[in-house]
Parts: sequence; structure tokens; C-alpha cells
Amino acid sequence: MDIMKGEVICIIGPSGSGKSTLIRCINALNDVQSGSITLEGYNVHDPRLNKLELRRKVGMVFQQYNLFPHKTALENVMMAPLKVLREPRAEVETRARALIRKVRLEGKEDAYPGELSGGQQQRVAIARSLAMNPNVMLFDEVTAALDPETVKEVLLTIKELAADGMTCILVTHEMGFAREVADHIYFTDKGVIVEHGAPETFFANASDPRTRKFLGQIL
Amino acid sequence: MIETVQDFFRTLAETHPKWNFIFFHDPSQWERVISGFYVTLQLSVVCVILSVVIGIIGAWAQGSPSRIIRWVVQGYIQFFRNTPPLIQLLFFYFALGQFTPTVTGPDGWTEQPIISNIGWAIISLSFFAGAFNVEIFRSGIEAVPNSTLEAAESLGFTRAQTYANVTFPLALRVSLPALNNNLINLVKTTTQAIAIAVPELLYEMVSIWNDYASAQNAAMTVLFFTYIALVGILAFGMNRWEARLHVPGFGKTS
Repeated sequence: MDIMKGEVICIIGPSGSGKSTLIRCINALNDVQSGSITLEGYNVHDPRLNKLELRRKVGMVFQQYNLFPHKTALENVMMAPLKVLREPRAEVETRARALIRKVRLEGKEDAYPGELSGGQQQRVAIARSLAMNPNVMLFDEVTAALDPETVKEVLLTIKELAADGMTCILVTHEMGFAREVADHIYFTDKGVIVEHGAPETFFANASDPRTRKFLGQIL
Repeated sequence: MIETVQDFFRTLAETHPKWNFIFFHDPSQWERVISGFYVTLQLSVVCVILSVVIGIIGAWAQGSPSRIIRWVVQGYIQFFRNTPPLIQLLFFYFALGQFTPTVTGPDGWTEQPIISNIGWAIISLSFFAGAFNVEIFRSGIEAVPNSTLEAAESLGFTRAQTYANVTFPLALRVSLPALNNNLINLVKTTTQAIAIAVPELLYEMVSIWNDYASAQNAAMTVLFFTYIALVGILAFGMNRWEARLHVPGFGKTS
């Protein structure tokens, strides 16, 4: 699996097939048991890897948003650049406010996560990751916990991000979205990549029977 | 003004011999009450602060990768939580007190232990309440969702940064109601220091009614009201703190 800068990759597959494990390995949240991952010169599989340095380059958004509940939306976005990168507060705040605007949450800067809807929280989580200026963004089933209406607003945010040239790796069940934005689609089953291809060919004529069965069930 | 009050209580003692509020009309007895109250206040404030510090350090040490450190903390908790505080106090003062070095007093000939009875009371009571505080903070730490910590981790926070910025602030909010209870208990338990002759409020009051039997009812009444006020102030402060730390959507819903 090779991913180029600026590409948008979707990983699909039945539950338990290792999609989340795969992208969690890229951020070193899970240890690599076998094989290798190289990201901009970092050997992620190396046990001596400087995980903290790697994570500054890789943003991650989770299914359950995982915002810091005791901080406002703005503080959530500002916290990592302030504490981890130790950047000056004024600069971080300007950037954080711009990011909140970018995910279309102006006016919600001072709201606590508990006062926001799921979709709004997820967009704060995206802004929080972007505040670290990552080179790659990982999205782990970020719309799975949302209702259909709020799914749209989150997907729109990701689509804009992809259009800006951000390298994105998504684990998703949104086939329509995958077809629309992905440059490449990977299908995993039982811990291995079964098949991959550009969306047009992947959805139209999947070759592997497992892929066809999975697509047949959900499309 | 003061004289009017003194006259009132002097008359009261004459008309109702069982209600001799002697400290309200005899200045030398009033001084005993005030000095006792001051010692109680000192014991309470110092023990509250020390026990919270012990609780935070202990809870943090319980998450240590070293098994020996975890065992030491467990042993400490089990010992102090499962034995009566009065016995601990006696043990610290009479048993351990024998082995502490002594220094020559200001008069040039008496030998005085470097840790006074007030010192032992502070140590003993702080460790007693601290054992409970460790457990209180631990339950708070365990209530912080792993996924929240993972988010901090994924943003590049170190373990210490995660603890300071995410784990501790959230754990504190969960722990406060239980901490509030334990600290209230601690303030009340300071009265047990009477057993090693620490001149705190109860000690002074008992001394007064030993000297003046007619003051017994009055002394007990004042004791009750003083502790209600003392604990009331503590509880009020803790509740205010809890309210100030409250964030929407976390902990209790309002």
C-alpha cells in the first residue's frame, strides 16, 4: 500500500477486518506486530521510534470525537499547539479561530463539547487535529456515531480538506462518499488487503468474491 | 459592648447554675477557648492540605510501572484505612515518639523531642485521611475515559502533559464530592488529638469544665456550634469550588 502526498484513501471492509487497527498503527497508537510502515522518513514499525515526533505530523480523528470535555471548543483546538509545540498564545489563537471558521463553527468558540451536537463536536475534533499542521490526517469511522443529517456536515468538511490537498486516510462505511472523494479504495477482510483500485473500477467491477459479497450486502 | 455581653452571661450563670458560659464572662477562660480554637484551626488546615497532597501523590504513584512502588502504596492504604485513627495517633506519639531524637529545650536542661505532640497529630491525621484521599483520587482517575487520553496521546502529548492537562483536571471533578466528605471527617477527627494532650478546642473545653463543673453544658453547646460552623465553612468552600469547576455535559447534569 503506497500513499502519495495529497491523495485521499478510503479503507472499507466488514467489521473486525483490521481497518481501524491499520490506521491506528500509522499513528503508533497500536504497535506494529509485523511488516513495516514508513511515513515521510519515519519508520513507524521501529520500536525505537520517537512516537511524539511522529504524532505531530499525523492528525487523527476518532469515531467518538474524544474532545476534552473540560475545555471550550477554542481551548480544545489551542491546547496541543500551546502545550506540545509551545507556540506563542496569540499566534495559536489566531490560527485556532481561523480553523473554527474553516469547519464552519463561528460563534461556538466558547461552547463546551457537552453543549455541541455530535456533528459539531466532530468538526471541533477535526480542527483540533489540523491545529498541529499535520502532513497526514487519519479518520477512523468519524461519521459512524452521527445521525444521517450531521454526517453531511462532517463529510463536507473532510471534502474541503481533501480539495485543499491534505493527504487523508479514511476508514469509512460511507460508500457514496468514498466513491466521490477517494483517489483509491482499499478493501480489507480478516486482517489483509484483499483488493484495491480507483473508485470507478473498484465499485463497478470488483474482482474478488469477498469484495463483491461485501459490496452486494451494503450497496 | 463586651461588658454588656459579659454581664448578660454572668447573670445567666447566677439564675441558671447549669448554664455557666464562663468563657463569655471570664477573660482568662475566654483566652483558653481562643487558643484551643486556634490550634484546632491550625490542625485542620495543615492536615487538609497535607492529606490532599498525599492523596494526589499516592494516586499518581499507584499508576507507576514499578510493582514495588504500587505495593508500598497499597500497604500504606490498607494499614491506615483499616485501623482506628485513635490507635494510629497513640502509636505515632507513644511508640514512634520514643525513637525520635531529642534536643535541649530553651531552659538549657530539659530534653524535648523534635516532633511535638502537635507535630505527631498532624503527621498521624494527615496520613490517615491521605489513605482515603488516594482511593478517592484513584477512582477519579479511573473514571476518565481511555479514549479521551488516547486523543491527547494522538496529538503528541507526553505522559506527564496528558496527566497534567487532561487526566488530573477531569479526575478532580469526579473526585470532589467524595473528597468533600473525607475532609469534613478529617476536621472532626482532629478532636481525637486530645488523647495525646494536644491543646486543641476539645482539650481546652474539657479542661474548663473539669475546673468549673457548672460550665459543662455550656462548653458542649459551644463545641457543637463551633464544629458546625467550621465544617459548614469547609463544605461551603468545597461546594463553591465544585460549582466553579463544573463544565456542561461532564459529570452531573444541570
